[in-house]
Amino acid sequence: MLAQFLQFLFSGVTVGATYALAALGFTLIYNASNVINFAQGEFIMLGGMLAVFFTMSGLPLPVALALAIIVPAIVGVLVEKLAIEPVKGAETVTLIIITIGASLVIRGLVQVWLGKNTHSLPAFSGDEPIHILGATLLPQSLWVLGVTALVVIALWYFFNRTLQGKAMLATSFNRTAAELVGINTSWVLFMSFAMSAALGALGGILVTPITLTSYDVGIMLGLKGFVAAVVGGLGNGLGAVVGGLLVGVLEAMGAGYISSSYKDAIPFVLILFILFFMPRGLFGGKSTDRV
Amino acid sequence: MKMALLDVKDLSIHFGGVKAVQNVSFSIDAGIVYAVIGPNGAGKTTLFNLITGVYKPTAGEIRLDGEAIHGKSPNELAVRGVARTFQNLQICLNMSAIENVMVGAHLRLDRNLVKAALRFPGLKKRDAELRAEAAELMRFVGLEQFIEARADSMPYGALKRLEIARALAMKPRLIFLDEPAAGLNPKETIEVDHLVRKIADSGVTVVLVEHDMKMVMNLSDRILVLDYGKKLAEGTGAEVRQNPDVIAAYLGAHA
Amino acid sequence: MKKSVFTGLYILIAILIVLPFVIPNAFYMDLAIRMAINAVIVLGLNLLIGFAGQISLGHAGFLGIGAYASAVLPTHFGWHPLLAMGAGAAATGLLAALVARPIFKLKGHYLAMATLGLGIIINIAIRNEAQWTGGPDGMPVPSLGLFGFDLTSDKHWYWVVALLLSISVWASLNLIDSPFGRALRALHGSEVASQVVGVDIVRYKVAIFVLSAVFASLMGSVTAHYVGFVTPNLADFFHSIELVTMVVIGGMASVYGSIVGAVLLTALPQALATFEGWETVAFGAILMLCMIFMPKGLVPTLAAKFGKGE
Repeated sequence: MLAQFLQFLFSGVTVGATYALAALGFTLIYNASNVINFAQGEFIMLGGMLAVFFTMSGLPLPVALALAIIVPAIVGVLVEKLAIEPVKGAETVTLIIITIGASLVIRGLVQVWLGKNTHSLPAFSGDEPIHILGATLLPQSLWVLGVTALVVIALWYFFNRTLQGKAMLATSFNRTAAELVGINTSWVLFMSFAMSAALGALGGILVTPITLTSYDVGIMLGLKGFVAAVVGGLGNGLGAVVGGLLVGVLEAMGAGYISSSYKDAIPFVLILFILFFMPRGLFGGKSTDRV
Repeated sequence: MKMALLDVKDLSIHFGGVKAVQNVSFSIDAGIVYAVIGPNGAGKTTLFNLITGVYKPTAGEIRLDGEAIHGKSPNELAVRGVARTFQNLQICLNMSAIENVMVGAHLRLDRNLVKAALRFPGLKKRDAELRAEAAELMRFVGLEQFIEARADSMPYGALKRLEIARALAMKPRLIFLDEPAAGLNPKETIEVDHLVRKIADSGVTVVLVEHDMKMVMNLSDRILVLDYGKKLAEGTGAEVRQNPDVIAAYLGAHA
Repeated sequence: MKKSVFTGLYILIAILIVLPFVIPNAFYMDLAIRMAINAVIVLGLNLLIGFAGQISLGHAGFLGIGAYASAVLPTHFGWHPLLAMGAGAAATGLLAALVARPIFKLKGHYLAMATLGLGIIINIAIRNEAQWTGGPDGMPVPSLGLFGFDLTSDKHWYWVVALLLSISVWASLNLIDSPFGRALRALHGSEVASQVVGVDIVRYKVAIFVLSAVFASLMGSVTAHYVGFVTPNLADFFHSIELVTMVVIGGMASVYGSIVGAVLLTALPQALATFEGWETVAFGAILMLCMIFMPKGLVPTLAAKFGKGE
């Protein structure tokens, strides 16, 4: 009983950490630009696929991993510069279609250049499972959780303790006011896309040894990251992390106890329930329109 | 004793810790022009939003003809003949000017979806009549040259009047005008002054928020002065002008 | 009244009448039929997205319900296809109405999330209930008998969908220029202003959402009978996006834009097939370029350029 529960919990938290990183990516971009970036999932895919590709081409692991984060970050910035900045202030639907267009381009290019095969990465510190109360935990899960925790702490430090971070935060509250006090908001936009893409790619790299990757894994991962961001209340960083873990755990529990074939539906059922009863997510505040 | 048209008692709303309106009471008789004045941030627009149902009050009550209306939504108030305009323009820029006015007659029309899709002759006939009626209203507010215009091609001053025309298309009993002269030049301001007078003369009770003191003193039968969300004074123009609190807090600083 | 609005309809009818006589072969006939079917769906979706300003990223789900009702009910329960089509539409309408009330208290991105979730759940259900739906492989659909004769030839199908399209355009034009339609457009322009004049905005949003969902469901049934086979792809997230893209590329809040969008995006995959392997890249790039250079969509952009309004 307990062993089984723990087993589901471990796998849920591991996948949930990836969703949390994706959700943080959604949150960063949403705060900087009010855009929901439907290409976020492709950065996760890109991280995993590039890590595979660079290690296979003989680069040392640390170099390969670094490149697998840097290249998606550059792609993120390109998306922002070429596709988002030229249409500032466009309608929500227009922006959604642009980011979906971007995701198709990224996915299509990976499919053409790296093929349609499914790939895996070797686990960072072996495959010897750790036994805890009858359940097993993969060392790679510890990597996923550890690195995610570090990222969350680093982001917290960045946004609360550094001038650049505070500038980004200020822009998310009030762009005009931020511009008036001299914050370069186009730099903020640039940074948000770079950071979001890097976060997504990092999640993709970490989880690939466990879940495998291919050119088309980005859609579902991205959509679930979006669910996680909305669960927590769009724009709320802490909410994104909690939302990601919650979505991951519920999905694993649902798959284990209810029906594994409906696993992918669970996050979406969850989000519908949350939106029905708490229309602004778990941590979203109330808003009043000014007229 | 004659019952007032609108009766507001101990009305309050808090946003977080900010008490935007606190314990405000007043009543408005039918057929008069009633002005609400006060410095920026005094809570005038918030008061309008409360009475027209855009905000729900934290405490207090609002009665229209004796019926409690606080907490009712704006569309429920529209049914009861309450119309308003907005300080920050709320024009539908995706529609033509005359269509904006026609929307004002929403509640007087047959809004059936199926009849509309199948182009029932009665509906089309009524719509043609309404169009003529809306054009007449646009002339009434001085927008005759914009009858064929798109709303997004009109200047600011014209849009302010378009809002008034839309509100009048409701055939309201009570109309709230939120700074109808804000941002207008002196000539336009005088025109709006005349327009408000015409509206009042047509039998509609007018409640007005306005910064232009000359206009307020000219038009209003009674004036409510707000300061920091509280009622500072209420009375006729002369009474308010002589009130020492008002002079200290408001007129003294400006006039 | 502006007569110009209906001129477009007459031109459309003229084109629809001439088209079958100039279409060179069965391939293009099939393409034309699919364009017309999509155009009807997109007309309904444009009422929701373009006119009322509400987003839906899950409409393919409704399409799927209609399509699978027409496949499953006659096959497994022996229902008459028309009855099955009606049942699918009724079920879709009911589901849409049920979820719409809470959904339409939401705005913008939350609404996008909710509709997206609903569509994905429907799709997953179709994929998983293989004993009824054939799962990922799909299932055949019995042919549609209408008044005693079977609708099988493409020629017959063409006239049926051409008629449906003409009626839909006519009804949409009527609706837009009516008290109901003005209320819809007004709540897009300013929610608070429309409430203040008496529009019950949630009711209107729900009504148009249900209407567009039922449209999609009915056309899902039509698609199923026409193709003779249904697969879950008809109801997947990507198809929802394709439909929204047709709305936006043709032109939001433009009846004729809906048709142009449907025609272009139905033809595009065929045109891109020559780019072997690069289809996805090209499709994505075209979406982005269209939105960057014509954010209002083709028909409104061109109409503005040639200075004749809509």
